[in-house]
Order: sequence, then C-alpha cells, then structure tokens
Amino acid sequence: MKMYFGSFGSVRLRVTVRKILSAAVCLLVWIPVLLMLAASFMPEDELIYRYAEPLGMGRETVRAALIPSYPALSPYIELLFKSPGFFVMFWNSCVQVLPALAGQLLVGAPAAWAFARFSFPGRRQLFFLYVLLMVLPFQVTQVSNYLVLDKLGFLNTHLALILPGIWSTFPVFIMTKSFETIPGALLEAAYLDGAGEIRTFIYVGLPSGYAGIVTALLLGFIDSWNALEQPVAYLKDMFLWPLSLYLPNIAQDKAAAAFAACIVMMLPPVLLYLNGQSELEQGIAASGVKE
Amino acid sequence: MRRRNGRSAGIYRQQSRAAWFFLAPSLAGVAVFNAFPFADVIRRSFLDAMGKHGVGLSNYRNVWGNDAFQLAAVNTVRFLAVCMPLLVFTSFGLALLAFRRDGKGNFCRTSLVLPMVIPVAAIVLVWKMILCRDGLLNQLLNGISLPAGTAEGWETDWVNGAASFPVLVVTYIWKNAGYDILLWMAGLAAIPESLYDAARVDGAGAAARLRYITIPGLTGTFGLVVILSLVNSFRVYREAYLLAGSYPDMSIYMIPHLFSHWFLTLDVQNMCTASMMLIGAFLSAAAAWAAIRRIRRLYGDACDRKNRLTISER
Repeated sequence: MKMYFGSFGSVRLRVTVRKILSAAVCLLVWIPVLLMLAASFMPEDELIYRYAEPLGMGRETVRAALIPSYPALSPYIELLFKSPGFFVMFWNSCVQVLPALAGQLLVGAPAAWAFARFSFPGRRQLFFLYVLLMVLPFQVTQVSNYLVLDKLGFLNTHLALILPGIWSTFPVFIMTKSFETIPGALLEAAYLDGAGEIRTFIYVGLPSGYAGIVTALLLGFIDSWNALEQPVAYLKDMFLWPLSLYLPNIAQDKAAAAFAACIVMMLPPVLLYLNGQSELEQGIAASGVKE
Repeated sequence: MRRRNGRSAGIYRQQSRAAWFFLAPSLAGVAVFNAFPFADVIRRSFLDAMGKHGVGLSNYRNVWGNDAFQLAAVNTVRFLAVCMPLLVFTSFGLALLAFRRDGKGNFCRTSLVLPMVIPVAAIVLVWKMILCRDGLLNQLLNGISLPAGTAEGWETDWVNGAASFPVLVVTYIWKNAGYDILLWMAGLAAIPESLYDAARVDGAGAAARLRYITIPGLTGTFGLVVILSLVNSFRVYREAYLLAGSYPDMSIYMIPHLFSHWFLTLDVQNMCTASMMLIGAFLSAAAAWAAIRRIRRLYGDACDRKNRLTISER
C-alpha cells in the first residue's frame, strides 16, 4: 500500500491515524443522512416531540435521534397514499428532467463527436464559446432567456425548462473530453472496414465514450433534479412546480411526511450514482485531461 | 494529431462537412437558447430601459453606484475569497486521505462523493435541525461549555443571524468537495507510480514525495478544480435560498439574490449590465490565470534545463 500522507511515526501509526481520520470524515457525511433516514420513520407525534423547531412549529429543544423510538411506516403511507400533491410534483420533476436528458444525448453526443474527432475551420473558437456558455452562471442570461421563452410562448410550461436543458453545453464538454480519449487506431480500423461517419459514431464512438455519456447524463440529472433558479424564474403556476421547489414548503403542508418526502426525492439521484459510480469517476477523470 | 496528416485536401473538406452535419442540431439550439440571449445581454447593457436608444456607459455607472449591487458584489467576492481556497485545500486533503492505487477504500470514496448527489432541498431540513436556536450545534456548544454571549448559554440563530456566513461556507464545502475530490483522485491516479518508487529508492520521505512529485503532477488538475468550483459557487444560492429565504442576513446577500430581486421587477437594464460585469470579472480571472501559467511555464523551462533528471512521462 502506498502512503502519500503524513511523514511522522511508523507505518502502522500512520495507517491508524489515516483510518481514524477517514472514519471521522465519513461520519460527517453520514450523520446528516442518517438523521434524515431515522426521522423519516418516525410517527407524527414523535416527529413533533423531537423536531418541532426545524419543522417550523415554534421553539422547542431539538431531541435528535439516529434510531426512532417508535419506528413506523406511517410517514411513507401518508406520503404515498394520501398526498396527491407530492405525486404531481414528482411527476413534474420527471417530465422536466427526462426529456431534457434524452435531448442532451440526441443533440449533444453528435456535437461532442464533431468537436472531438473532426478538424474543421472554427473548431477551437466554437468549442471556446461552448465552454464559456457552460461557465457562465445561470443568472447572466436569465433575463434574456426569459424574453426569448416569452417570445416563443414557452413561459409557464414544462418546455421552458426542457428546451434550455437540452441545449445546455456542459454535457457536450464532458462528452467531448471522453470521446477524445478514444484511440485513433480504433477509428481508423472502422473506416478501413468501410464504415461511414455515422456508423463509426454509432458503433464505435458511442460504446467507447460510454463513460463520458453516463457522466454527462448523471451530472445533468443531478443538476436538473435540483433545479431551483429556473423553475422560480420561468414557472408561475404552482401545479407545474418540480419537487425541488415544493419540498422546502412541505414542512408547513404535511409535517408528518416531510422527511419521508426528502428520502424519496433523494433516492433517484443516489441510486443512479451508486449504479454509475465507476463511469462517473472515469468520465470526470477524462474531463481533467488537458486538451 | 486529429487531422489525419498527409491526406489530400478533399478528405479535409469531407471531414469538415461531416463535422457540421454532426454539429448542426446542437448549434441551432445553442444559438437560440444560449448564444442569442448572451448576445442580447451584451446589446441591452448599452441601451435604455425600453431597449431603443443607446445610452453609452450610463447603465454601468448606475449599477456600479447601486447600494444593493455593492453589497452583493462585496459579499460575493468575500464568499469566494473564503470558500475557494478552503474548498481546494479541503478536497485535496480528503483526496490524499481516500486515494488508493489498488482501488480499495471504496466505501470512504463513495461517502465523500455522496453529498454531491443529495438534493439540497432534501438535506435542508437536517441543516435546520442542526442549526436552529435549540438545535444540535448549540446543544453541542453548551455541552462542551464553551463560554457564550448570553446567560442562558448558546442560543445563536445560525441560519438567519450574522452567523449565516460561516454556515453557508460549510454547507457549500460539504456539498461541493465530492466533485473536486474525484478530480484530484483522477490526477493522482495519472501520476506514474514509478516516480514514487524511484524517489523512495533515493530516500525521499513522504513529505518530499508530496512536495516534489504529487504537487507538481497536479497543476493541471488544480486549474480545473478552481474553474469548476468557481462555476459552482453561484449555485450556493440554492442553499442560501432554501435555508434563509430570499431576504437573508446582510452578510450573505449575494449576486444571485440581487438578480432574483431585479428579476421580480423585470429590471432588464440592470440585470444585463451587471451580467456584463460578471462576464468581465470571469474573463479577467481567466486571462490572469493564463498569464500566470505562461510565466510559470517559461520559468519552469529555465529550471528544467538545469536539472533534467526527472523521468518525464508526457
């Protein structure tokens, strides 16, 4: 095993220190998550007894617990069977996120392929523009985007979030970086075997750039699933709101189910991450390679 | 490299045609939803409120003199000045801590990246649990009987009071360290192990190896970490908004808050002008970065010629 850390004491002492430190850091991550998980299994009266203040029910000492005293499934039952509002918002999130991701794949992957694999006049400048647009915070183009969406009549519809999402340039950047790592010999072989540009892209490019594509889509999913600025700016009607906007208000609405709702909202990105973890690491690693 | 050298111009033209074919769908949409609004921002920052007449730089003077803008700009700069170094060093330390060449320690790595995928909206209730006036943090501070300002002990409101600034910094780092850790780890994995072996044979200790192999090997990663952290720093608005609402304490009133207020009144002129200032700030940061790198490269070349002993892999 390699040591890159610490210059003191024997190897064994260093290993121990390292283990303790790692455990402490992991706890910092896990404690909030476990607090939430525990709270999601508490019946309503226990929730109010323990967490009145964070739920906005007046001042009372927080009595946190990592294990509920009276574990119950009632919050989930309340949420899944008696909260139609939650389903509407969950569905809104899906409707706003999934088509945007599909579009990013359909439109962004070919563009990334063009940037990574072809030389053409203006390639560098265009890629710079894409990176610049990716780097700019949402707020910079917020208002003129609003005016464009207004002109096109998409304001206050799901499309106001989907369309700008499809043409976000971040996935193009990630996928380009990943396509660039494909060895040229592989493509030469495909060309020599008589595959055209489109075939080469579909049968060689897409499978070899798999990690980058998964990374782009995963990061895109996480970002859109969390969207806050865009729906606040472009959606007026509450029945169009995504989960990310509704969840903070659920405490006033349905305190009993608040933590269960948090867990349910957290599940899709966490499960996707656990499934795509190695691709994500590869994709992010590829994005770090200098051009 | 990419250009297949030695082929005729015909193939080059053919390649170029294929490239535009692949690019077209993306370009069309990017033009409508990204590039055009971007250009529109530039144009409007020089026009009057109706967007009809040019007013020169008067918009810039107005925004520059605006109290809310000054407050937001100062706070944003302060936030970045505190957060960026903290984030870069924390994530670097954690990456060193969790990095294993043999791929072990996966649980720790997974844990460190996990906050990145947890929705802010979901975790906010837990932050309130910890940070409210009778919350866990104050209980902890009372428990270790740290002297407090009031007779009743610690009753700080960490979310809405003056203390919200450090709280925002911590939640930002909690959330964003994961991505940077992955970048650092990728950089660490790219450093050839043979360098460490050679150094060890030469008797270099852990500190020397860190100083002379690890850190020089990660300069490229460093740049990317800084850029992406800078980009993500504007997303801290999510935490700020969800914790403290749209009228937070003065100390965390930042550029995104200002924009959302101007947006409510559709103050197009001010928003476009302030956007231009932001873009200017971004571009000058990028230019400064490029200049530093060029100087360092020149300097590094001079040094390299003196002691060209290192096995260069790239």
